[in-house]
Amino acid sequence: MTEEIIIAGFGGQGVLSMGKILAYSGIMQDQEVSWMPSYGPEMRGGTANVTVILSDDRISSPYLKVFDTAIILNQQSMDKFEESVKPGGILLYEPNGISHHPKRTDINIYQIEANKLSTEMGNKKIFNMVVMGAFLKIKPIVELENVIEGLKKSLPERYHDLIPLNKEAITKGMESVTPYMAEQVAN
Amino acid sequence: MSELKLMKGNEALAEAAIRAGVDAYFGYPITPQSEVIEYLMTERPEERTGMVVLQAESEVAAINMVYGAASTGKKVMTSSSSPGISLKLEGISYLAGAELPSVIVNVVRGGPGLGTIQPSQADYFQSVKGGGHGDYKLYVLAPSSVQEMADFVEDAFDIAFKYRAPVLILSDGLIGQMMEKVNLKEQQVRLTDEEVIKLNGDWATTGKTKNRERNIITSLDLQSEKMEARVRRLMKKYEQMEQEDMRYEEFQTEDAEYLFVAYGSSARIAQKAVQLARAKGIKAGLLRPITLFPYPKKVLFDLADQVKGILSVELNAGQMVEDVRLSVEHKVPVEHFGRTGGIIHTPEEVLEALEQKFIK
Repeated sequence: MTEEIIIAGFGGQGVLSMGKILAYSGIMQDQEVSWMPSYGPEMRGGTANVTVILSDDRISSPYLKVFDTAIILNQQSMDKFEESVKPGGILLYEPNGISHHPKRTDINIYQIEANKLSTEMGNKKIFNMVVMGAFLKIKPIVELENVIEGLKKSLPERYHDLIPLNKEAITKGMESVTPYMAEQVAN
Repeated sequence: MSELKLMKGNEALAEAAIRAGVDAYFGYPITPQSEVIEYLMTERPEERTGMVVLQAESEVAAINMVYGAASTGKKVMTSSSSPGISLKLEGISYLAGAELPSVIVNVVRGGPGLGTIQPSQADYFQSVKGGGHGDYKLYVLAPSSVQEMADFVEDAFDIAFKYRAPVLILSDGLIGQMMEKVNLKEQQVRLTDEEVIKLNGDWATTGKTKNRERNIITSLDLQSEKMEARVRRLMKKYEQMEQEDMRYEEFQTEDAEYLFVAYGSSARIAQKAVQLARAKGIKAGLLRPITLFPYPKKVLFDLADQVKGILSVELNAGQMVEDVRLSVEHKVPVEHFGRTGGIIHTPEEVLEALEQKFIK
């Protein structure tokens, strides 16, 4: 199994940390992982993206052109990465702030209203874990218990009391993800 | 006990340095390698092992601190990125001339000049064709994974002390900034002066004893015959490195009709290009030089009998391709492909270049 993922959005949305938690989850189940961020000046308040690969085999290129899954959290990233999803692949996006919805019909598209859900749950910092839950519902490539282990590894110990809340956010994401048909906005 | 972690290449290198029992690190921050000194400062290795970590006032100061500390036979290292390495080159030439074991790390960014902070491999010439002045070479290790960023620290010191010579770890922004799983080795104890003498001989300035002459560390020899003898001694070391310590890795070369040659980050991308090529029925393979000096000349010379074309894939405008051409002695066409300016080529682009140059 090899899963090639791009996570893209604004700096501050937890894009890089979501990738890191996913990578750690992969390590917890004995997989090879890579996490390749964009680290340019665009990080400062602009767009941020990270390529995460989980594989049972040695990983070749950590830098890719096409992906099995694109997790897209803002319009700029949608413009940049919609075309980068492999045919038959997955595009998961947060519709808040998206004016041009995806148009492709050869991929599987899903929405997760992580902004609304995390606000309702009273902590916007768990936004990325709602998205993570949505992704894991569509593609259960890592076990929930390994994600929790991954959270423990990547969060500083002083935040470990927030792990139950993060788990709740993942569950919420799993329950709330919905398929999206590009045809709906064809005209 | 060894330990599994998810780390950036730069952090893995820094942690490996502490664990390898390095005595001192002198550096000056520059993107994309600042995590090395940041990590070392945060970890407080002076408490863990007694290792000295010092931010110098400049790259020039840092490399000269390396010269001074290395003179005492200690394990000393520095790191920087391209423009910073240019500043260190005078010191590196002196280290080579004075035959001082030391490790220099270059996490390359795009140039020339201040260039860009994005990944690049445009310092190949600087690393293997001198860089500094005079007849010298650096043993150059090119890591292509976070694991190798960690492992090569100890490897580099082994070579540095085996030959009494400076060793360069040539990485780049991609390998430095990415995170991968890394298996960290056990903590080693730093050597005492007595152990240094026992292991490496008594050439270092560990304090004059009654029964030996003063040890003088210098790269200056105004007597031509003595200076020539020194240069010959250096050349002999480089010859021995070529015979004993050249490293490379082959990927699907057994039946390859086309060959990529790539090191570091480009080797990872080219490996994916091999997989994409094979999926299309193109028999491609990859030769990855792990040491850029010594270079796997003979391996390439032999592979040239088997393949129809060789593509040198580098994040630069065409540097290593010259060594590939020298190695194969015109037996087979050799072309270059690479992006510059901090743009990273995709595996698809690399494959397309191979097809355009040799197949279509």
